[in-house]
Amino acid sequence: MPETPRSRPPGAAPKARPGKAQEGGAANPKAASAAKKPTARRRRPTPRRRAAGTRPKRPAGARPKRPVRRRKAGKKVSRRDFTALAVGWSMFTAAMAVGLTTVGRFLFPNVLTEPPSSFTAGFPDDFAIGVVDTRFKERYQVWVVRDEEKIYALSTICTHLGCTPNWLEAESKFKCPCHGSGFYITGINFEGPAPRPLERVAVSLAEDGQLLIDKARLFKFEAGQWEDPASFLAMT
Amino acid sequence: MLNRILDPIRGAWKEATDSQVWASIFRHGKPVSNRNRALVMMSNVFLHLHPVKSRKAGIKLRYTWCMGGITFFLFLVLTFTGLLLMFYYRPTVEYAYADIVDLQEHVPLGIMRELHRWGAHAMVITVWLHMLRVFMTGSYKPPREFNWAIGVVLLVLTLLLSFTGYLLPWDQLAIWAITVGSNMARATPLLGTEGPLSASLTLGDIALVNAGNDARFALLGAQSVGQPTLLRFYVLHCVGLPLGAAVLMAVHFWRVRKDGGISGPM
Repeated sequence: MPETPRSRPPGAAPKARPGKAQEGGAANPKAASAAKKPTARRRRPTPRRRAAGTRPKRPAGARPKRPVRRRKAGKKVSRRDFTALAVGWSMFTAAMAVGLTTVGRFLFPNVLTEPPSSFTAGFPDDFAIGVVDTRFKERYQVWVVRDEEKIYALSTICTHLGCTPNWLEAESKFKCPCHGSGFYITGINFEGPAPRPLERVAVSLAEDGQLLIDKARLFKFEAGQWEDPASFLAMT
Repeated sequence: MLNRILDPIRGAWKEATDSQVWASIFRHGKPVSNRNRALVMMSNVFLHLHPVKSRKAGIKLRYTWCMGGITFFLFLVLTFTGLLLMFYYRPTVEYAYADIVDLQEHVPLGIMRELHRWGAHAMVITVWLHMLRVFMTGSYKPPREFNWAIGVVLLVLTLLLSFTGYLLPWDQLAIWAITVGSNMARATPLLGTEGPLSASLTLGDIALVNAGNDARFALLGAQSVGQPTLLRFYVLHCVGLPLGAAVLMAVHFWRVRKDGGISGPM
């Protein structure tokens, strides 16, 4: 940090070796520096060859002619500048692109620990008529229901804001604890803020005769999709 | 032809640089004069920690080795990679080791963990080299003696960060290294069961400092390395120590400036 004459402690010679003349020739420099801390702090550890501002000024016009390489608006960029800028910024951009891509990719793991979206749920005859089977709720977020004609599976995601309702056996309804939406056993909404019925997920028979439930296919009542034969398994 | 492509870009650039947002961020224009350079440094919360001016000889690479800068850069790399690792790592006895293996095999860029690990090794080395440089150039002398002291604390924090990070993979190496390392805390004067003067702290025939309440217990959260230890080391490694290091680094950089910038060659 070039020292300006203004910031030099008063009385200190410009080229004085710090720690010597400054303490006024005290017999014990250490004691003096301890007593006069602020003065000691302003000492510089090394002498300066030349303070800023003492640089001899060149007479105007004597400045040697040198190509000015500072860019100005509208002026052409020199070939050298262009190459340097192009190479530099290309490398910087490439490095940032690679870095950000890899970091972004890092956030998407190759292995998931969540359960698969389709699963077998046992044989159709294992389900009793008029009973809501809650065995698959926790792991797969699905209720399996059998009535006189069919087996269907309802998604446990409330159509209001996505909480998980509970099946209340005594009241024969799905009741959402978040905002009080209620659904019949069929999945049709009848109370609370839910705007539409629960969604069905695809039900079919696997090759071994078990119920195959596929959560990737959803069927909305209000869209008439519950008529789709894939949305239930007929039991006649 | 080229201008037809460049003119809209120039226009957009001018619009951006004339906006209030731009003026709020870049308050003092381009740093083309000495005065503007100083103003740019002083009005930036990050840059103002750095000396406004440094002597050319003082920032020569063969004088500073840029070791402090490299150390700080490594600290930033470690903070960033550590943050990414925290997305996957769970500090429990049940999951810790499995998560470390997952980080190498099931997550894209299994190299992230290695970056963190090798970065940590490198940082310990650069901190020592920085210290060596400061010593060899006499930059620890007044008025920089206080900054030297801060640097020593930063060195200890770096070593503690390495030490606490060592346990987190929760493999045999980690568990026994921390077992051995934390045994040293037994020898703490007054605060360790086997330390000097600890035996003299008694109330009648009850020893006030015992294995259940000494410095080693405070470190481990238990009498041997276990789940409480893992959690303690994790919190220290991810929050406590980096926070302390960051605060002290700010002071460290600030003092460099206040003590007259990077010291010049003797």
